[in-house]
Amino acid sequence: MTSPTASGIVSNRLPADEVSRNFDDLHPPYDPHEAVVAADRCYFCHDAPCMTACPTSIDIPLFIRQIMTGTPEAAAKTILEQNILGGMCARVCPTETLCEEVCVRETAEGKPVEIGRLQRYATDTLMAKGVHPFTRAAATGKRIAVVGAGPAGLSCAHRLATKGHDVTLYDARAKAGGLNEFGIAAYKSTNNFAAREVDWLLSIGGITVETGKALGKDMTVDQLQVGYDAVFLAVGLGGVNALRADGEDKDGVGNAVDFISNLRQSGDLTSLPVGRNVVVIGGGMTAVDAAVQSKLLGAENVTIAYRRSREKMGASRFEQDLAASKGVRLMFNVQPKAVHGSGAAAEVELEYTEEKAGKLTGTGKTIRLPADQVFKAIGQTLTTDAGLKIEGGKIAVTPEGRTSRLGVWAGGDCASGGDDLTVTAVAEGRDAAEDIHATLMGKG
Amino acid sequence: MADLSTNFLGIKSPNPFWLASAPPTDKEYNVRRAFEAGWGGVVWKTLGSEGPPVVNVNGPRYGAIWGADRRLLGLNNIELITDRPLEVNLEEMARVKADYPDRALIASIMVPCDEASWKAILPRVAETGCDGIELNFGCPHGMSERGMGAAVGQVPEYIEMVTRWCKKYYDKPVIVKLTPNITDVRYPARAAKNGGADAVSLINTISSITSVNLDTFSPEPSIDGKGSHGGYCGPAVKPIAMNMVAEIARDAQTRGLPISGIGGVTTWRDAAEFMALGCGNVQVCTAAMTYGFRIVQEMISGLSQWMDEKGYDRVEDFIGMAIPNVTDWQYLNLNYVAKAKIDQDACIKCGRCYAACEDTSHQAILMKEGRVFEVDDSECVACNLCVDVCPVEDCITMEQMAPGTTDPRTGRVVSGDYANWTTHPNNPMAKAAE
Repeated sequence: MTSPTASGIVSNRLPADEVSRNFDDLHPPYDPHEAVVAADRCYFCHDAPCMTACPTSIDIPLFIRQIMTGTPEAAAKTILEQNILGGMCARVCPTETLCEEVCVRETAEGKPVEIGRLQRYATDTLMAKGVHPFTRAAATGKRIAVVGAGPAGLSCAHRLATKGHDVTLYDARAKAGGLNEFGIAAYKSTNNFAAREVDWLLSIGGITVETGKALGKDMTVDQLQVGYDAVFLAVGLGGVNALRADGEDKDGVGNAVDFISNLRQSGDLTSLPVGRNVVVIGGGMTAVDAAVQSKLLGAENVTIAYRRSREKMGASRFEQDLAASKGVRLMFNVQPKAVHGSGAAAEVELEYTEEKAGKLTGTGKTIRLPADQVFKAIGQTLTTDAGLKIEGGKIAVTPEGRTSRLGVWAGGDCASGGDDLTVTAVAEGRDAAEDIHATLMGKG
Repeated sequence: MADLSTNFLGIKSPNPFWLASAPPTDKEYNVRRAFEAGWGGVVWKTLGSEGPPVVNVNGPRYGAIWGADRRLLGLNNIELITDRPLEVNLEEMARVKADYPDRALIASIMVPCDEASWKAILPRVAETGCDGIELNFGCPHGMSERGMGAAVGQVPEYIEMVTRWCKKYYDKPVIVKLTPNITDVRYPARAAKNGGADAVSLINTISSITSVNLDTFSPEPSIDGKGSHGGYCGPAVKPIAMNMVAEIARDAQTRGLPISGIGGVTTWRDAAEFMALGCGNVQVCTAAMTYGFRIVQEMISGLSQWMDEKGYDRVEDFIGMAIPNVTDWQYLNLNYVAKAKIDQDACIKCGRCYAACEDTSHQAILMKEGRVFEVDDSECVACNLCVDVCPVEDCITMEQMAPGTTDPRTGRVVSGDYANWTTHPNNPMAKAAE
């Protein structure tokens, strides 16, 4: 055992049982009675605002009513018909800014129906039974390459498989799942849920998974178009933006996404090293996930440094409060100026900023924070354009997901539009699959 | 501070809350604890004839329906009358009455429908010093198969006959407990009055099957795979009970006959409503069985607060106040015109009013941009469904149209005069307006 106050980036800061508790479910699952009581709060609204707010348009009042009447399996089918990754979305969706934000009971009493937890109850119940509620249509003989086995790719592949197409699902990593597997805080996907969900999803059949195959390295779009009737690209954003601050190359400065990925793949969290003084630069969900998990591993001081105001922060107020509740300090209107230290990082120098007429400028006033570990969480970038038209740093797509090249579709974080949410990626994958199907079957 | 004491048929009790004859009043232990908790009176669990007592089933006696959080809404039972020896009950009653002289103690009785049986038991009951008797003509299950309980209560002639015997062999008040399992409660009530009853009490339980087990296809409660209809009670039966009370309270032949109100009384408010419909007191069972004896404290404090707020010093000040307002449909004022009005500030935009009106009523609610719901007065018939389905209290209200204004639905000017169906031109039986 070391301790939270040991300096440097070290493992074993907290006892194993404490780490285990820290990384337990953020929102524990409902038991059956709790679920019925929670479901009974739903008013079964006409043209329900929650359903409109859901990027995958799940019929939320219907599935909640199905839970209330003792048929969570039917509820799960209602969810999964619209969103095959409904189990993961139940865990990671920022419901506080989507369905639950517009719940009329939020309006009425500030306490929405807990839609996310109800969705989890339904999908968990079905998955625990080992049931896959969908079957494949008659084989079409069409073959489709889906590149990237994250939420968009999985969603697209599943929908295509149900239509009777044969799908090869490629992924650069050694495991399918994408950000569900590598990029989300562990307390949102406990008990290896991401991998179990992938296995469950693949049980539809007709999907061949090829891991360790990266676009641009092991294959090209040209090659894929030769071997397949259609191509769907869902490669995500593999690059990480630079800080553009002095000392960025010092030891102890790393990418938040890598930290999270290592954490998610770690078999023993106590063995994972973390700094005593951690500073996370950024303001999105990745920043919060990295900061909170650093704290949960036992870092003594963790700070999120965001260059704009709280209102502009990408992470929701719920996520901000979650971080604060775990002891993470939130700093606003500060930008990284330099990382100091001899060889390894020891301090971060931040410059205060102000925003005038939408333009952010440094004030010249600075503050130094002790920092033996610095995480960059200031956004990710596309690593390959695959010869396609790019728009705002992403592959340009139509609402159906069509790229500039005939026969090539794209979705998820690598494609234009959307808001980098799991649920949006699922919707894009699903909708592209429908368009691919219509096109291949001569209805497009 | 309002005086809650009641004098029902000369029987005094510190408050109008009595425990009904039922499982909670089956023995001395319970009744003493009920009195300590504050109940004003107790109707002892129904006594049967001397000799070997009845036996109960050895499986479930109760079935229920619940709201989402298992809040008990309705209870059904197949328990029979007391299964303890008559002499044991009588001894206990005598002891309890001696120790609680200020509380009402009533003996409920159910014996075969012959004069000898009643003649035999009544003096024994009288010896206990209890304040009166209640004739159980109501239980719909079990005992009715043996010609007692509801089997008597369903035949007005029997009610009158047995009541007459009781008045002949017993000199304290006789209350006749009525079954709701009949088509018109006024007939048994009239029979009770004609037999000399001092009061009626109602309702007893309603014949019911609470649920069917969809695995075994047995009705619940299930005894070895079979079920028998039970007697239904609890909050779910209150509206049925109140209507029956009102029917008796306003019937020309039974008007003024004292009534003890029973049926789903759960809170002080329920009690006040029964009493406003003419009940001199109320009897409670399911609420006590659900929450325990302590609930009487809320009933006492609630009724007391309400009476103080309304300026009623004694319960007699409001008993029966609602009776004049219970009338027949044909006398309702057809010139009274109302329209639904939605308070936009209170509205939470769930759209339930819209779905209900659009799908099942008069298409009188408009859904506008931004989920704004508005009433179309030219279609609204003031049916009240939107009020009933709205989850926000007082968000939708029924507003009376002022006389002299024009109803946009009918194009007619609203009249301030009273006019009902009996004189309406569309009524083929209409009498000429005077």
